[in-house]
Amino acid sequence: MTNRRRLLFGVPLFVAVASGAGFYTILRRMQSQTYDPHALPSPLIGHRPPAFNLPGVANQAGFSNIDLAAPPRPMLVNWFASWCQPCMEEAPTLVELAKIGIPIWGIAYQDTPAAIATYLGLYGNPFTRIATDSSGLTAINWGVYGVPETYLIDRQGIVRWRWAGALNDAVLAQQLDPLLDQYS
Amino acid sequence: MTPTKGTALRTLKASDGPVPNAAAKPRRVGHRPIRSLKNGFQRLSLWRGSKGQSPLALLDGHRPMIPELGHFALALAVALAFAQGVIGVFAPGLRDARAMRAAPALALSHFLAIGAAFLALIYAGMVSDFTVENVANFSSSLVPLIYRISGTWGNHDGSMILWCFILSLCGATVASFGGNLPASLRARVLGVLGLVSGGFLLFTLTVSDPFTRLWPPPLDGAGVNPILQDPGLAFHPPVLYTGYVGFSVAFAFAIAALIEGRLDAAWGRWVRPWALLSWCFLTSGIALGSWWSYYTLGWGGYWFWDPVENAALLPWLSGTALLHCAIVVEKREALKAWTVLLAIATFSFSLSGTFLVRSGILNSVHSFAAAPDQGLFILVLLAVTIGGSLLLFAIRAPVLAATGIFAPLSRESALVLNNIFLCSIAAVVFTGTLYPPFADLLFGIQLSVGAPFFNQTVLPLTAPLILAMAIGPLLPWKRAALRPALERIWLAAVVAIVVFLVMTLRSNAVTALGLACGVWVVLSAMSDIAERIKLFRGPIGASLSRLRALPRAAFGAALGHIGFGVMVLGIAGMTLASQKVVVLNPGQSTELGGYTWTLNDIHDAPGPNYTQRVADLTLSEGGKPFLTLHPSRRFFTVQKVITNDAAIHTNGFQDIYAVFADEPAGGGAELRLNRHPLAPEIWFGGLIMAFGGFLSLSDRRLRVGAPARRKASKPVLA
Repeated sequence: MTNRRRLLFGVPLFVAVASGAGFYTILRRMQSQTYDPHALPSPLIGHRPPAFNLPGVANQAGFSNIDLAAPPRPMLVNWFASWCQPCMEEAPTLVELAKIGIPIWGIAYQDTPAAIATYLGLYGNPFTRIATDSSGLTAINWGVYGVPETYLIDRQGIVRWRWAGALNDAVLAQQLDPLLDQYS
Repeated sequence: MTPTKGTALRTLKASDGPVPNAAAKPRRVGHRPIRSLKNGFQRLSLWRGSKGQSPLALLDGHRPMIPELGHFALALAVALAFAQGVIGVFAPGLRDARAMRAAPALALSHFLAIGAAFLALIYAGMVSDFTVENVANFSSSLVPLIYRISGTWGNHDGSMILWCFILSLCGATVASFGGNLPASLRARVLGVLGLVSGGFLLFTLTVSDPFTRLWPPPLDGAGVNPILQDPGLAFHPPVLYTGYVGFSVAFAFAIAALIEGRLDAAWGRWVRPWALLSWCFLTSGIALGSWWSYYTLGWGGYWFWDPVENAALLPWLSGTALLHCAIVVEKREALKAWTVLLAIATFSFSLSGTFLVRSGILNSVHSFAAAPDQGLFILVLLAVTIGGSLLLFAIRAPVLAATGIFAPLSRESALVLNNIFLCSIAAVVFTGTLYPPFADLLFGIQLSVGAPFFNQTVLPLTAPLILAMAIGPLLPWKRAALRPALERIWLAAVVAIVVFLVMTLRSNAVTALGLACGVWVVLSAMSDIAERIKLFRGPIGASLSRLRALPRAAFGAALGHIGFGVMVLGIAGMTLASQKVVVLNPGQSTELGGYTWTLNDIHDAPGPNYTQRVADLTLSEGGKPFLTLHPSRRFFTVQKVITNDAAIHTNGFQDIYAVFADEPAGGGAELRLNRHPLAPEIWFGGLIMAFGGFLSLSDRRLRVGAPARRKASKPVLA
């Protein structure tokens, strides 16, 4: 009993030593430039999206990971929310993309159908299909950092690119356009 | 002296006359508190002595020497801090009373030395001495005086000096007011503080020296980051650091108790005011930072679960737990080892939070100069401080036996419950913040943990905490019954349930739960006070005299809880915010939140070190205009940076928030309009919490000198 109690008092030290060792390794890797904490890579890149099945809005069907398995052409999945300012800012860009024929599927993060309808009415609806993640669990599985976030899925259903934050013309020109050419 | 056109020569000459300042031009006085506060600061920069001379003119002849003196003072402080540390820690073991008495003297001189270094750096910033690299890189002669001063701690090297200055201030306070402490305990506490301070001063002096010279000096400095030119941010770092560093005293007391192997009620009585004081500053510091991000970043967010914010939240959570635990040690001599662990953990979180962020390990939007070489030095310091203290804890803590026992339902267990919830939240935040780098390190998987994770995990832990925090204060020590406690707050429960039901129907369940929780905490804390003074149970005069006899600590505790409840109300209210981004041409209007927002005009306006474009907005309700707002876009000329200065109008219960985001090529103004119900309550709640803490501190029982005074009065009575 006393020995086990003594061990218990050593637990904080163990946690601190483990964290310290981890930090030391990270620092060394930062110095040797094999680790960059400021990159924000998506765990999904090179993989298929994790399994999910989300309902739609206004009696329209939502979609699941099976629907993303083999799209006829590269497509975008855009996480958005009616309460999110940068989403409103990127809305015109998405509408432009939809106009030139790129399929964009939207997932509304923690939102209500009524608010989504108002939002799409105000800022235009670029989405081919819309699903709603009202619990936010699918967002965690995808590793969504915040809304808006946009994923590029190729014809094999594999995530090729992720952009966290509002899309703008510079991102389109420098990053998305070359990728769209590459995978279509 | 405020040389508006500082040149290299002028900074070295003493012959400057008063120079007309750009800020002296009459400016339109703002319409909101933030703006008028800013004006106050800018006026401060115009202040001169009676003969139209700067009060600093006296020093002008010695200007080139001042940073050298500061550098010397810094080196002196390192030596004094280590002397204080070694003598303080080892003298009590040697039973050398004279050496023990040296510790307070060394602590005071160590404080004076850092104070001199800090003032020297501030002076260099004030007179824009660009031969100092730190000033040249982070200041400019065009910046108003207040931001030339605050600019000294707005960067990594300068903030290290501030950090060490506050640490030495804590030591000096213990040395000056700790006369009633046992001599050996005081020496050990000062010794621990001296060692910690010495380590960080050595770091500052060797690898992060703010007095490094630059030759030839540039004509003008690179300027203060425009986003930092704000009164909220001028005060945010010192207040936050005082909170962080203040916990060093609780930490030093914990280490001293472990070395002595003795921890009693008196220890709890000494530690509690320190923990409370630091907690008040930390609470205010976090609230200031959150307020600042709310009104400067221009999209109405107030908390982002950014690693730097989590780094401030962690010591706040464990510090709150410590605060409550120290009461149990003081009153009941129980939970001793746990309290010591909390004191160590809180300061460790403060240390690692402040420094890991700077090492660049944690990915954050807060930009500090990331330098892995400095990071290694810091990591060694942290390893020695945190690892050493936890090793001491593992060896010595089993010695600290609890004497008080308590029933499962009692004030003590309520406080244990509080600790369990607070520490669970801290564990979740800790894991969420550190998981991404560690997952990459251990398993090679890359992932990001953001707001969705934190919102979903912290919320379910906060709700039961809030439920319990209303009942806890009503339970008596040792053994309690739930029924009498519940009878005292049935009204609060009923109101909370009604709020929940009504708001569930009108909005959504999560918002309703938040609002109900807020109402529940506020009302139950109020009814606790009402119950104690037997309000409405007899003549009102008797209640009033009971009110005056009630200890301030009781008010402080109630206010602390009320403040938290008010903050919860604000956070819940913010989920009901409505917002809109529109492009309007002058004359056009739009509808949002029941108001009509009309853009009247877009015009130019002057500023001290920026030019701005201002949009004039009128809000009307039912056709009657009731408010004008002036959001602006500022162009900072030195840095060529544009910031959006949000216009916020608050009536105490909601914020009207407008940002002039852009001027599109097609003409007009892109405006972001927001209506934030209950938003002011977030910071108002934080303010009430901190005020409650300060009120509790002013209680005679907690005042540091109080027991000594009682002792002194004894001979007179005899």
